[in-house]
Amino acid sequence: MATNVRPRIRLDKKQAKKGELVEVKALVSHVMETGQRRDASGKIVPRKILNKFVCTVNGKEVFAADFEPAVSANPYIQFKFKAQESGKVVLTWFDDDGSTIVGEESIAVS
Amino acid sequence: MIAALNRRQALAIGVSAATTAILGGSVLPAAAANDYEDLIKKFTGGKVPTVGRVKIDAPEIAENGNTVPMTIMVESPMTPASYVTEVLVVADGNPRAGVATFRFTPDSGIAEANTRIRLASTQWLHVVAKTNDGAFFMAKKEVKVTIGGCGG
Repeated sequence: MATNVRPRIRLDKKQAKKGELVEVKALVSHVMETGQRRDASGKIVPRKILNKFVCTVNGKEVFAADFEPAVSANPYIQFKFKAQESGKVVLTWFDDDGSTIVGEESIAVS
Repeated sequence: MIAALNRRQALAIGVSAATTAILGGSVLPAAAANDYEDLIKKFTGGKVPTVGRVKIDAPEIAENGNTVPMTIMVESPMTPASYVTEVLVVADGNPRAGVATFRFTPDSGIAEANTRIRLASTQWLHVVAKTNDGAFFMAKKEVKVTIGGCGG
């Protein structure tokens, strides 16, 4: 179930100077069922994907993405943000079924 | 005459025939056609994007269409005065054209993102970027796919 999934998140640095770019790489286990496939009995397997991703730093959105079924299973996302202040980096994925997957890291900015 | 056409031209004729059929008021085809041009139009509000400033980094040949790494980069100072707000990625040969939309803020620092996508067959990726002042830029890149990403 999506609720038990723990995303794997890596920041390229834990400590950054103000204004420096921090790279985030994140991988999460998810089937990303497209809604196009048919099962053995010919019935369409219902769509179930992570349709949205948001990254916030101290509650402020720095990057977001909308995913379509064309995003691979176990979606991987890599992006950067500009270090402004120390705090929490929170990554959230939104599932079609309404559940969310949340991961958290921290960044120290000097 | 058909023999003189290559596959792409034949496909284009097929598509325009299908469009004519729709405009002619006949029933929609059972499988909706790939509507990447409509998606781009919706994204730009009808404006024609300028070619440039966008870079797509994807393999020339993807062995496995189930997971094709793709990086998009947009040249921009990424300051509160001038930054890239949204980047739309569509694929013109998938059953459905939409792939992903990335949303940036000045705090992103750089308009760059990487993900892995599914491609059903050899096709073009189209990437359109929108800036905060309402300008649109685009790039496209062909990816050859050896094994498709839809179980085929």
